[in-house]
Amino acid sequence: MRGSRSKALHDRALVNCQYSMATFSTGERKRRPHGDRKSSEMTLHLKQTFEAAILTQLYPRSQIDIYVQILQADGGNYCACVNAATLAVIDAGIPMQDYVCASSAGFVEDTALADLNYVEEAAGGPQVALALLPKSDQIALLEMNARLHEDHLECVLDAATAACRAVHAVLDQVVRDHVREVATLLGE
Amino acid sequence: MATRGARTRALASSWHGGGKPVEPKGPEAAAPPGVGMAAMEVRLPVARKLVGQDLARGSGRDLVAPGDTITTDTGYMRGHGTYMGEEKLVASVAGAVERVNKLICVKALKTRYNGEVGDIVVGRITEVQQKRWKVETNSRLDSVLLLSSMNLPGGELRRRSAEDELAMRDYLQEGDLISAEVQSVFSDGAVSLHTRSLKYGKLGQGVLVQVSPSLVKRQKTHFHDLPCGASVILGNNGFIWIYPTPEQKDEEAGGFITNLEPVSLGDREVISRLRNCIMALVTQKLMLYDTSILYCYEASLSHQIKDILKPEVMEEIVLETRQRLLELEG
Repeated sequence: MRGSRSKALHDRALVNCQYSMATFSTGERKRRPHGDRKSSEMTLHLKQTFEAAILTQLYPRSQIDIYVQILQADGGNYCACVNAATLAVIDAGIPMQDYVCASSAGFVEDTALADLNYVEEAAGGPQVALALLPKSDQIALLEMNARLHEDHLECVLDAATAACRAVHAVLDQVVRDHVREVATLLGE
Repeated sequence: MATRGARTRALASSWHGGGKPVEPKGPEAAAPPGVGMAAMEVRLPVARKLVGQDLARGSGRDLVAPGDTITTDTGYMRGHGTYMGEEKLVASVAGAVERVNKLICVKALKTRYNGEVGDIVVGRITEVQQKRWKVETNSRLDSVLLLSSMNLPGGELRRRSAEDELAMRDYLQEGDLISAEVQSVFSDGAVSLHTRSLKYGKLGQGVLVQVSPSLVKRQKTHFHDLPCGASVILGNNGFIWIYPTPEQKDEEAGGFITNLEPVSLGDREVISRLRNCIMALVTQKLMLYDTSILYCYEASLSHQIKDILKPEVMEEIVLETRQRLLELEG
């Protein structure tokens, strides 16, 4: 472990995440101070999500670093980070329980919307971010801001779950193509 | 998984930099008079087509992704890369399933180096501690080189004293490269090295290439003197060291005196060409061993050294190498 060895856990690996946004990622160029509340919150959410999915028991006294940087913030920042980090962890060969697929969902004018973009997020309605392990249907992280009537919660969650499964299909296809390609090239 | 920050970068999209080169045409691209600028080559990104579709080779093994059920039969023992879900065996990495009698494991495509006794590794010293050195070998934990496992200059065999401990920094400092052999593996996976033979020790002038450990083929010997004029050490941990062949084998030195004489231009060109060939083989995912590197070198002789890194030239060279290797086998 680089850095402070005192944080090492004796029986599992530590997952260290860092979330940052490029200055050109939003509509107005903003100088982001590096420890601001939004990125700390995102960092914590990413850490919780991946600690649930990565099999950390296999690597005691070690640290896994996941650094994500947003290049274009057009809605669903957290979800894009989770999907990208899932692919990165699979590519690195770190064992995970399952893919982690994330999607956001909202509720506007009695319809549930999935995968909100920046305009829909900025409108101020309720938003739900869901990170799902698709095979076992386990939720790694569920976050909501603003207020939503409990009657509507069911359909919003269904929309988010359907979107996560769609993302899972895409990620799965990419991973399988890559594995097949490398296995064919390595050949023997 | 890594002891030091293993940066897991998000997978690059399929928009590779290897696109069609755009040649600057005609007078628009000419530099204004008075400014001496060489013609620049600009590449546009193009969607990369999957290599290997045209190589019709069925690997015949199951390829799995994390979360896939391998089997529901509980009679199997689970190996690396799998975990027990409720009543079924589930894969935890993306790779090929390997079945040996009752043991099922999934071999991931790209992992950190897992030490096995007897492997040759090339490593870099990161720390000098009380009676040992910590060596970075592209594995999850730093490898350890104990003072008692290091051969003293002159090859003498004696008990290491307190003066030896104080003089550790004279032998190896932070940043030095060494070649060593794995002596044993600790229970947590850390590897213990030894340099108890005169062929191991500190490395002098040369070029280091870092590749994934899964691309280095396991062979009887990993020290090769290639006929093209350079020597190569293929470390099992993915560190490959290319260096000029020493004229006479310096037996007494025991690997401590680094040869700092200037290397001739011819040797340096050979070493650069070998390095670019190795990068080409790695990009096209061909296993690295002395024959494949040599054939790739010979196939690349018709191109300039810097052209070898262009994607189309890489494909051509590696295809020729593959064909020669197939002829060799069959």
